[in-house]
Amino acid sequence: MVRPLHAKLTRDLWRIKGQALAIMLVIGIGVALQVMMTGFVASLTQTRDAYYERHQFAQIFAPVARAPEHIAHQLQDIPGVANVQTRLTGMGLIDVESRDIPVSAQILSLPTHELRHLNEIRLTAGRKPDANKAEEIVLLDSFATAHNILPGDQISVTLNGTRRTFDVVGTAQSPEFIYYAAPGEMIPDDERFGVIWIGRPALAAALDLEGAFNQVLMTLLRGAVVEAVLDEVDRVLEPYGSPGAYGLKDHPSDRFLSEEIAGLEISAKNVPPVFMLVAAFLLYIVTSRTIQSEREEIGLMKAFGYTDTEVSIHYLQLVAIIALAGALFGCLLGVVLGRVTVPVYTTYYKLPFLLFRLEPASFASGILTSVGVATLGGAFALRRVFKLTPAAAMRPAAPPDFSKAGQFGAWLMAFLDQPSRMVVRRLVRQPWRMLGAVAGIAAGMALSLSMLIIYEGFDTVLDRTFNVIDRSDATVSFVTNAPVKTLFELDRLRGVTLAKPVRNVAVVLRNGRHEHSGAITGLSPDGQLFRALDSQVRPIRLPDKGIVLSKPLADMLQVGIGDALTIDIREGSQMVVTTQVAGIAESLIGSPAYMNIAALNRLMNEPNRVSGAYIAIEDGAQDSVYAALKGMPMVAGVSLRREAEQAFQEIMNQGAGFSRFIMGFMAFAITFGIIYNVARVAQDERARDLASLRVMGFYRGETAFVLLGELGVVTLVALPVGILLGNSLTALIAAGFSTDLYQIPVVYAPKAYGVAVAVVVAAAFASGWLVWRDLGRADITLALKTRE
Amino acid sequence: MKGLTKTYGEGRTAVHALRGVDLEIGRSEIDVLLGPSGSGKSTFLNILGGLDTASSGEAWFGQQCLTEMNDRQLTRYRRNHVGFVFQFYNLMPSLTARENVELVTEIADNPMDPDEALHLVGLGKRLDHFPAQLSGGEQQRVAIARAVAKQPDVLFCDEPTGALDSATGRAVLRVLQDVNERLGTTVLIITHAAATAAMADRVIHFADGAIREVVMNEKRLAAEEIEW
Repeated sequence: MVRPLHAKLTRDLWRIKGQALAIMLVIGIGVALQVMMTGFVASLTQTRDAYYERHQFAQIFAPVARAPEHIAHQLQDIPGVANVQTRLTGMGLIDVESRDIPVSAQILSLPTHELRHLNEIRLTAGRKPDANKAEEIVLLDSFATAHNILPGDQISVTLNGTRRTFDVVGTAQSPEFIYYAAPGEMIPDDERFGVIWIGRPALAAALDLEGAFNQVLMTLLRGAVVEAVLDEVDRVLEPYGSPGAYGLKDHPSDRFLSEEIAGLEISAKNVPPVFMLVAAFLLYIVTSRTIQSEREEIGLMKAFGYTDTEVSIHYLQLVAIIALAGALFGCLLGVVLGRVTVPVYTTYYKLPFLLFRLEPASFASGILTSVGVATLGGAFALRRVFKLTPAAAMRPAAPPDFSKAGQFGAWLMAFLDQPSRMVVRRLVRQPWRMLGAVAGIAAGMALSLSMLIIYEGFDTVLDRTFNVIDRSDATVSFVTNAPVKTLFELDRLRGVTLAKPVRNVAVVLRNGRHEHSGAITGLSPDGQLFRALDSQVRPIRLPDKGIVLSKPLADMLQVGIGDALTIDIREGSQMVVTTQVAGIAESLIGSPAYMNIAALNRLMNEPNRVSGAYIAIEDGAQDSVYAALKGMPMVAGVSLRREAEQAFQEIMNQGAGFSRFIMGFMAFAITFGIIYNVARVAQDERARDLASLRVMGFYRGETAFVLLGELGVVTLVALPVGILLGNSLTALIAAGFSTDLYQIPVVYAPKAYGVAVAVVVAAAFASGWLVWRDLGRADITLALKTRE
Repeated sequence: MKGLTKTYGEGRTAVHALRGVDLEIGRSEIDVLLGPSGSGKSTFLNILGGLDTASSGEAWFGQQCLTEMNDRQLTRYRRNHVGFVFQFYNLMPSLTARENVELVTEIADNPMDPDEALHLVGLGKRLDHFPAQLSGGEQQRVAIARAVAKQPDVLFCDEPTGALDSATGRAVLRVLQDVNERLGTTVLIITHAAATAAMADRVIHFADGAIREVVMNEKRLAAEEIEW
């Protein structure tokens, strides 16, 4: 390439700096998202895998009511099993000074030997407990931090109805609690759920499980088939009260983390291309315009003997520089965004460390795709260079022919003044440019809108879950199933206005080969404090017979109302019974199954039993009720609706606020990039027309209308298209990301639309304003001068 | 015009485009402005046409002082009193001949009928053609129709025949002469073609930013009689 062309390149870039910057921004965001998301996929996957491996995270988990220790040998003999380790687990209550009500905690046994074992904890402070000292415990790191408990402190724990004081000798993290929430909840709250590790003899004594176990952990040999092993484990453990073994992919902590990674992977594949396509379109129109305005120079270069290829390379360099600069900016932005986002992840996911990993491949692919699409956009425009003969190029271009566009909508023209006709005819003459702009703006808007709709949906989850479905003030769970008269004790407490029974029974639900292991929740049919809702948000009255399934559960089991369902009861009587699906309930968190508590007890052959209660508390009486609950030995845990709601709200505010901002910014950047570029090109193409209008006595506003009118039309058309596209995208995302753990609701909240429309309109106005400002600075005597 | 000056830039790099011009132009005159490139005739026309501001001096249009007007007032002045004809016609390519004229009649105070304006320039049969479907001479005639349709007091023409062959050029000048005669419009023509001077009432010679000479034309020729 010859040096004078380099100088021209620099000047050309400077001349279109505003447009170049807008395009760089669009490319930059696309690349940044790709770098960030693929970086997180790599970081999370590698950190998770390393963590699992180093701490020997089990691959099979099998809870059981009580099995003698020697059964472990039978499990070890199952083909494909590498390691078997039994342990004890129970629930307890930690009495924390800073809180009125006790905190639920899972208590896990640590083996007495010092050898490596499965689900090894990772000490963050202090040491492991001495297996022979019954009072020594290790506490979950995040819980200890939330309550400011340090090794050396003492805590009081109620275990199996007995209250004891323990010495905290260390704090730890564990691969099984990367993501965890209090039982029955979905959102992690460090303050309200604890985990305690204690030497096995001490826990065995407390739970009356000497010489027995109630949970098995296993790892598998390479090539082992998980399903086959699970079946065998279930067979071995069935006589001992097993609700069913499950594999790693059903482990709650791993599932949340793995779904997050899968979601990121999908987004990384689908979101950045939208930005790249928009960038390619913008570079196409900018290159087209540059070539059009430089046709004489092109003719001259060709006349001097430059080949088509040399001329094309010159223009492609312009495009490539913009793409490259945008991609580099994107890489940098991606790294910054990645680093900034790490703390957001470590709030949800308790990993021992999380370094944002730069994926060299994502850098390379970001840069290559950017330059690639830019070249494509540019090359499309460059076809014209090849068609142009030097002689033709050096003659001024003939006026653009509007005779075809002029035939458009004669009836419409009758209503329009001349400036409006100019707007309409330009749109009609270059429909592809208009459609490209509409598609680009709509795509950007749809991306943002769908995320906004989904975030607004969380407010609905919050409201439905905590105000419509659950209307109690607190949920009390008992240590064991208690006679229904226990409720009267609660009812009698001063300040408790209502107490309603609940009973949870571990079951496996089956329909042919579809099965789901979970629980049936028995509720009082009046639904005063807790109720099931149908798809129209109407309460479902639980019938005397039959089961009401949540929608995701019914889908999973492929049953509808009236179908038969096999219930494999995994506690007490251990019976297998068949019942009918009596209703389908909407649910947003988890996939519950409900029954009338009387019907459930009949099924269990255990009349008048409850496992807990929903209670309503009089205003102002909370403190005395909590104090009373704290002193009741049969209470295993209390969860306050208000606190669960707050935890949910806080997490949403943290993560969602930031994401909302990013989503809004994305839509703004795309719209701004498109409108600004289209406006600039139009202004450039029509500089002479616009100056002529000014000379003829059109005011600046009237002149701006001719230029900006078409952009107004483009924006107005893009808005409904963006809304429709956003709605479809939302439905796709909701369907794709909903699982039986949680369902993403699609609630078309006006606020989401308002924000998306406002952002697009604001971006349109911002770019319009920049153009309007320049119109004031334009030299109107240009109209009198010779042609460009 | 009194002591009209225009300076671009400052200090050493300053360019003095007009160095004090005094001139009075009478109603219904045809004046031709001649002079080499850079002699100041375009700057003079720009200030008179309300497209540019003077550095010093005064320019009056009737009772209105152009040199004291702001951007909005100048726009109003152009809108109501002035018509322009450009060397390259500057028609809106997206509008038909009639619509190009209507573009101006829609905003003017006292316009003539657009069809009448086009008949005046001999384009009564090509009303619905787009610029791309018209020849250069026809486009220039549409431009003249557009300029006269608002019935301006002054018509400024910057090289109106510069892009046309002689026959077409003559026809265009004929139209300008007609407009002047029938409507009494003052016509100011900038041109390199000295022969055009033959149709003028006065010929104003520019050089180095000043008027070198004003020649009264005793015998105005009709446009067809001009030797190109």
